Amino acid sequence: MKRIPYYPGCTLKTSAKNLENSAIASAKALGIEMVEIPDWVCCGVVASLTSDDLMRHIAPVRNMLRVEQMCKRGEIEDSRLLTLCSMCFNTLQRSNFRMRENPEDLESINNIMYLEAGDYGGTTEVVHLLQILDEMGFEKITEKITNPLKGLKVASYYGCMLTRPKDIGIDTPENPTIMERFTEAIGSEPIDWQAHSLCCGSYHTVNNIEIVVKLAYEIIKNAKNHGAEAIITSCPLCAFNLDDRQKDIAEKYIDFEPMPVLYFTQLMAIALGLGEEVCGFDQNYTDPRPLLRKKGLLK
Amino acid sequence: MKIGVYLCQCGGNISNTVDLEAIQKHIEGGDEIAVVRQESHLCSGAGQKAIIEDIGAFGLDRVVIASCSPQFHEKTFRGALSRAGLNPYMLEIANFREHCSWAHKDNPEAATIKATDLLDASVGKVRHNVPLEEKMMKLGDDVLVIGGGIAGIQTALDLADSGKNVTLVEKQPTIGGNMTILTKTFPTEDCASCILSPKMAEVQGHKRINLIVDGEIESIKGHRLHFEAKIKHKPRYISPEINMDECIGCAQCEEACPVSAPNHWEQGVVKRKAIFIPAPHAIPYKYIIDKEICLHDSEGCTACFDVCPQKAMVFDQEPEYSNVAVDAVVVATGYDIFDAREKPVFGYGEFENVVNGLEMERIVDHINEKNPPRDVGKRVAFIQCVGSRDEQVGREYCSRVCCMYSTKLASLLKQARPETDIYIFYTDLRAFGKGFEEYYKRAQKMGIKFIRGKPAEFKEDPKTKMVTVLVEDTLSRDIIEAEFDLVVLAAGLTPSKSTEKIAEQLKLAVSDDGFLKEAHPKYRPVDTLVEGVFLAGTVQGPKDIPDTVAQGSAAAGRVIATLAKGEFAVDPMLAFVHDDKCTACGECYEVCPVNAIAENSDGKAEIKETLCVGCGACLGACSEEAIDLNGFTNIQLYSAVEAALAGKKPGEKRALVFGDSNCTYRVADAAGVRKMKYANDNRVLMVPSSCRVTPNLVAFAFAKGADIVLIGDCPEKGNKFEWAHDFAKKYIEQAKQILADKGIETDRIIFDDFTASNLPKFVNTLNSISEQMKKLPNIDPGKRAELNPLEK
Amino acid sequence: MDDRIKKIKLTDRGVEFLRQVEEISGEAITVCEQCGTCSGGCPFVEEMDITPSQIMRKVMLGQEEVLHSRTMWICASCFTCTVRCPRKLDVSKVAEALRQIRLREAIDAIDISKLPKEEVDRMPTIALVSACRKLTG
Repeated sequence: MKRIPYYPGCTLKTSAKNLENSAIASAKALGIEMVEIPDWVCCGVVASLTSDDLMRHIAPVRNMLRVEQMCKRGEIEDSRLLTLCSMCFNTLQRSNFRMRENPEDLESINNIMYLEAGDYGGTTEVVHLLQILDEMGFEKITEKITNPLKGLKVASYYGCMLTRPKDIGIDTPENPTIMERFTEAIGSEPIDWQAHSLCCGSYHTVNNIEIVVKLAYEIIKNAKNHGAEAIITSCPLCAFNLDDRQKDIAEKYIDFEPMPVLYFTQLMAIALGLGEEVCGFDQNYTDPRPLLRKKGLLK
Repeated sequence: MKIGVYLCQCGGNISNTVDLEAIQKHIEGGDEIAVVRQESHLCSGAGQKAIIEDIGAFGLDRVVIASCSPQFHEKTFRGALSRAGLNPYMLEIANFREHCSWAHKDNPEAATIKATDLLDASVGKVRHNVPLEEKMMKLGDDVLVIGGGIAGIQTALDLADSGKNVTLVEKQPTIGGNMTILTKTFPTEDCASCILSPKMAEVQGHKRINLIVDGEIESIKGHRLHFEAKIKHKPRYISPEINMDECIGCAQCEEACPVSAPNHWEQGVVKRKAIFIPAPHAIPYKYIIDKEICLHDSEGCTACFDVCPQKAMVFDQEPEYSNVAVDAVVVATGYDIFDAREKPVFGYGEFENVVNGLEMERIVDHINEKNPPRDVGKRVAFIQCVGSRDEQVGREYCSRVCCMYSTKLASLLKQARPETDIYIFYTDLRAFGKGFEEYYKRAQKMGIKFIRGKPAEFKEDPKTKMVTVLVEDTLSRDIIEAEFDLVVLAAGLTPSKSTEKIAEQLKLAVSDDGFLKEAHPKYRPVDTLVEGVFLAGTVQGPKDIPDTVAQGSAAAGRVIATLAKGEFAVDPMLAFVHDDKCTACGECYEVCPVNAIAENSDGKAEIKETLCVGCGACLGACSEEAIDLNGFTNIQLYSAVEAALAGKKPGEKRALVFGDSNCTYRVADAAGVRKMKYANDNRVLMVPSSCRVTPNLVAFAFAKGADIVLIGDCPEKGNKFEWAHDFAKKYIEQAKQILADKGIETDRIIFDDFTASNLPKFVNTLNSISEQMKKLPNIDPGKRAELNPLEK
Repeated sequence: MDDRIKKIKLTDRGVEFLRQVEEISGEAITVCEQCGTCSGGCPFVEEMDITPSQIMRKVMLGQEEVLHSRTMWICASCFTCTVRCPRKLDVSKVAEALRQIRLREAIDAIDISKLPKEEVDRMPTIALVSACRKLTG
């Protein structure tokens, strides 16, 4: 069983528990144990874009330090930090790169965190689950599939945080293929569409809902126009904007038809035959179960 | 041996600081010193006369001159020796001015001591000078032109007309290059083929041009006006005996052929069969079979052969090879258009109605036919700066011709289809050439709309296939979201694929933008730093047809001027082999970066003088010191080093500096000219390059009293010998090991690069070395003796 | 609203403002060639009052009035402009610098307490956290 340090982040323990549960279960079935790091703090989202605000890097660095501490204590060998939430991935990785390029900044932060055991040395590597699966080889997933999602047309929604900016991205921003290859590996059919990286509106969902409604409508419409039956994502905020906000979209656009939005791990869990118990479909606003049952993928 | 020593006062520049009287006393009476003289200005007529007379009167066989830096008057003094009947290489110069009297103006005593050491070093070296002959290489009239586009064609014609024998090699089955793909040209709207065809025909008919199509340079060796190339003749699969007089042009083969592919000369807008003639105006006008789609090998298809009355097909034709020896090479390998698939946002290769500039040339060329292969619809957009001025795809440069070619295509289209609504989306409109601004205005007058904005992305309507363009008009600040029937990407020019290989084969430098680098961007635009190799056309950078033709003629002119000398002198300071020491171990064959060393018929190593560049890198690789370098032989440098350090008194420290002649030595000169103050406990000796400094030489320097050895060279980028740093570092590692084995600090050996644009670095380095030496302990004399490689 | 054209002046204060924005963002704003790629691809441009490239131009000219534009608050830091700028300028960092100049004056752009409770209850933690991070000082 490969053990890898895992960072959940705020939402995965609450609104996105379905993402965490399905991920942990699927990973386990693939021989990966996601070991939650102890004493983690907010990842520091959203990544600081100013050059003079060092304080905003303390939280991410603290989390990455936890991995080094675990390794030092001999609790784990892998020095990578696995994330599920795209926003956590983006924020942690950007801070990590910033620290590596600016050792004086890292020194300042280590000094501020003087109460911590040890200094952060910059050795933690932040990775997203998709990267771990790609590194393992998506064919290994296919080998373990007992319930291939045949006939299910899936639109892979990357959003902003997984591929942008280029230096931290898990794939190229204009033509990413990693989620499509994943989709194929679990037996479903990836569709070719254009809104795969169009921003969902992000935090505007808090007090500028019309912006989110407009963008989410465009994204879902584009998916549907290209034949998608479901959209997969890796970000709880994108999931909220594309899924929960369908209520608001329906209020504004009379022609709107609902589209299930799932976490990629939920589909992976179903394909691995782990059953809906680990998927937490009750937390999905648009219930994907009717679609999955129709395709014969659920009992 | 009779040595003449001449001390120049340089009108006081030297004698006011350096005590020439004392030095004269020091050197007079030395072994084989026949005469010592002081002169006010040795470089003057009178000064040279004195030397010449002495050579006759005293029977001098070698001369040492203490004066300004060799970079000023080495040639002068060599000339004086020649006129006196003495071999000009029996000369050594001690740098009394830049390195002594000017560098240490404030310390005459130290300047004098340094000068004494440098003079001793020159005298020590000159004892081992041997006469060197400048071999004269005869220059012929043979030129290789690589690339048969308009640049290569122009060069070839100018050269052939002036009496040179030209071998023109073109990789495609026809000459003409990218210009054959163009429709009309800006700003005159002359038809490209109409201008080009007569020149192509002239090339084919010219008795001094050996035209090789389907040819690639398999390998090319040489430099310095002598090159040997091996040319691969790719098979056309058509019998070479069939010429178009016999081929009755019935085209039955084409009709019978069952497979098609996009035609490169139509940019895929029109297809052609597997057996085809490239273009209507192809030269040579001859069929060729595209084996990649031909079904003969896989299915035994002989459809064309069956119907050919001449039975001209030869399906199993093999490539042939030929060799050619030439005196100059012109590289004119042209451009490829940027592959817009690198910008996925524009949908090139995916969206039906997105094409690039060259494809549009063909579309516009066919537009007046009854059934054009592709029409354009009602609304057309041109997008500028695709694959140029774009750091996201690693191409920061401006491609120079795209603003004009889009304007031209728009203008031609508007004339052919007046009802079309045409937009050109640009970032800056560059209409700089003769007639360009006027042409731009005429286009605007036709109703073509120029909008200043670069589109961010395109969408394709899945049903209508119309392309939606999203762009900000930065001048009106409107965000435009509009549908177009056709979008043309004005893709930029990039160096052609074959350019990289040619650059490697000829060791040509590449500019930051990927195009081949000219010797100097301002006053040597068609030369390269490789003697005898010239550039012409878009291989050197994006440019339009008039500039390309101009460069073609310019390159021809440069070749003619270079070869006009009839013969040239080979620098005699090249490597040579002491046959008696050579054990034929073969280590050096692999070492030489220009493959100038090979085994001769006696089994020993031999230097090929046409290839050797005199860098000295091979010396450090020969464990027997059998390979040596004329002008900087092992014994010469050992003697110079020993003499330079002999004046060191107990308690003093010395740094020995090996300065390369291109940069470090000149930087030392420049520091002297500027009277920059720096430590006087160093002695600079000239070497051709840092790679000449062998581990043995370094060890010897420490053996003879050096406390620190500094090896200097030009920076790696742009170095005359691009391998110098690699060799120097390797030899220095070995030298450090020698020190380490004796328990001596290895940081006493320093390697750094110096340039004239950073004199303070040189000065600061020598000063900090002086400080460093003061802190370092003295090296035990017993250990020093153990380091001497000559005592082993 | 007085929509007549006002001439602008080039002032030392304006130069200082440019320097301030360049320092906080870490971007060389004078490199912007005004190609408009950022505006064309921005998913939020239709909600803005001035386009992203216009912001870059106004900052370069030292026009502090951009601090009162809606544009940088509408920006969601999606980085579409970042990955497309042909001069590799990070426009999202310029937007952040402008937001920060306002926020550091202790002027928040959002008041969580004023949001309807049902909405707040619906939202995932990440939404509230990121909104507060971006829109408050």
